Amino acid sequence: MVNTDQTPPAGDSDLHGGESRLQQVLEAGHFAVTAELNAPDSADPKDVYANVAELGDVCDGINATDGSGANCHMSSVACCALMARAGYEPVLQMGCRDRNRIAIQGDLLGAAALGVHNVLCLTGDDVTAGDQPEARRVFDFDALHLLHTARIMRDQGVLLSGRKLTTPPEFFLGAAANPFVPPQDLRHLRLAKKIEAGAQFIQTQYCYDVPVFEAFMRRARDMGLHEKVYLLVGVGPLRSERAAEFMRSRVPGVHIPDAVVDRLAKTPRKGKREEGIRICVEIIEEVKQIEGVHGVHIMAYRQEETVPEIVERAGIMRDATGIGGQDA
Amino acid sequence: MPGSEWFKNRPRLLEGVYAGSKAALQLSYPLLKRILPAGWRERVFVWSEEVSKGYLFNCQMCGQCILHSTGMTCPMNCPKNLRNGPCGGVRQNGNCEVIPEMPCVWVQAWQRDAQMGRYGGEIQLLQPPVNRALQNSSAWLNMLEGADAQPPSGWSTIELE
Repeated sequence: MVNTDQTPPAGDSDLHGGESRLQQVLEAGHFAVTAELNAPDSADPKDVYANVAELGDVCDGINATDGSGANCHMSSVACCALMARAGYEPVLQMGCRDRNRIAIQGDLLGAAALGVHNVLCLTGDDVTAGDQPEARRVFDFDALHLLHTARIMRDQGVLLSGRKLTTPPEFFLGAAANPFVPPQDLRHLRLAKKIEAGAQFIQTQYCYDVPVFEAFMRRARDMGLHEKVYLLVGVGPLRSERAAEFMRSRVPGVHIPDAVVDRLAKTPRKGKREEGIRICVEIIEEVKQIEGVHGVHIMAYRQEETVPEIVERAGIMRDATGIGGQDA
Repeated sequence: MPGSEWFKNRPRLLEGVYAGSKAALQLSYPLLKRILPAGWRERVFVWSEEVSKGYLFNCQMCGQCILHSTGMTCPMNCPKNLRNGPCGGVRQNGNCEVIPEMPCVWVQAWQRDAQMGRYGGEIQLLQPPVNRALQNSSAWLNMLEGADAQPPSGWSTIELE
C-alpha cells in the first residue's frame, strides 16, 4: 500500500536546514580535503557506497560528478542523496549541458530537500567529449547564471521568475577554476566574476603545473580574492604516462607538463603507481604553502583506494570531522 | 573589401562604429517609427542586421546584442553559448574545446576587450541569462525599445557590488 503519511522515513527529518559541514570546516580555518566519487553505471545504491567507502573517513566533502566527460553515469542528485542518507557530506556537481533553467532550479530544490548543502556550479564538458556525441547540448545557462540563480534562490527565496519559495534552499555555493588553460593571464578575472556571482568556494581543475598555479594565485591575491573565497586545489594521482597522455589529449581542460609525463615514462612499470602517488603528494605539499589555498580536491578516478594514502602521506590528515558514514 | 577578420581584429574601430550607430539610431528612431510600420520595421532591421552583423561578427541573431561588452566578439558563436566565458575546456593553443580548429571565441573576446577604449573592461560585468524568446528578432529594435535589457525578474533582486 502507498504510504501517504507525510512523515519522512527515519533519519531524513534532520536532513533539510542543516548547514554545510564543509563550510564549517573551512570557516574554522582547517585545511579541507574533498574527493571525487566515481559515479557508478548502476542502479544499485550499494555501488555508490562501495565507491565512497574509501573516501568517507579522510574527506570533508565528496563530489558527485554530473555526467563528467559527457558520459552518462548515475545522476549527481541521486548519488548525493544516497551519500547524505548515509551520513556523508556530499558536494553536488551541477553542469549546464543537460538541463535548461527550469530543470536546474527544480533539481536544486530537490537536492536541498534530500539533504545536499554544497553545490559546485559548472558549465560542463561538451557532449562531443563523451560516448554519446550525437546528443543535443543544452547550455541554456552558463556556470555563472547557475551560480547566481542558486544564490538568488537561497538569499532572496525566489525562483528566477520571481515566484516565491515556501522554504528556500540552504547552499554553500562553489564554482570551478581552471588556471592552466588560456587565457592564463586573465583567469583570475573570471574567478573574480564567479565570486561576484556568488561563489563561496572554488575547486580547481587538476594541478600538475605548480608555477602556473602560483602565478594565478599571485594575481588573485593582488585583487584580494583569496580573502573572499575558499580555494581548493584539484589534484590526482596518475597511473602511468599513458594515463597522463590520455587525460591531457582527451579530457577537456587538463594540462599536464611534459616533465610530469616523462617522469612517469622513466619509471619502471612496477613503480609507476607509486610514482604517480608521489607526484600527487609532492604537489599537495607545494600548493599547501601558497597563500590563499584552503584545501585540496582529490580526483582519483577509479583509484579511490589511493586517496587515504595520499592524504596521510601529504600530512593533511586530521581527526575525522565526523563526516564519514553513520558509524565513522 | 577586406575579409571580416580584418575588422574583427580591430575592436577599437568596431566599438566606434557601434557607438556611432547606436547614437544615430537613437536620434532617428522617433522619425523611423513614424514612417515605417512595425512589421516593416522589424523586417528591415532584421535584414540589415543579418547582412551587416552577419558579415562582421557571424551574428547568430540572439536579439540581445552585448558585443560591446564582449570585446566586439559575438559570444553566441561559442558552441556552449556562454555569455560569461571562457569555459575551462580551452585548448593549450587557445582553440575551442568543441571545435578544435576554431580559436576560442572568449579568449579572443577577452584579448580584444583589453584593447578597447570606450567599452574596455565591460567584459567583467556579469551578463544575465539569454532570453531565448528574442531569437531571430532585431537586437537594434529590442535595444531601442528596451526589450533587450530585461533580465528575468528574479535575476535583479541581488545588488552586485
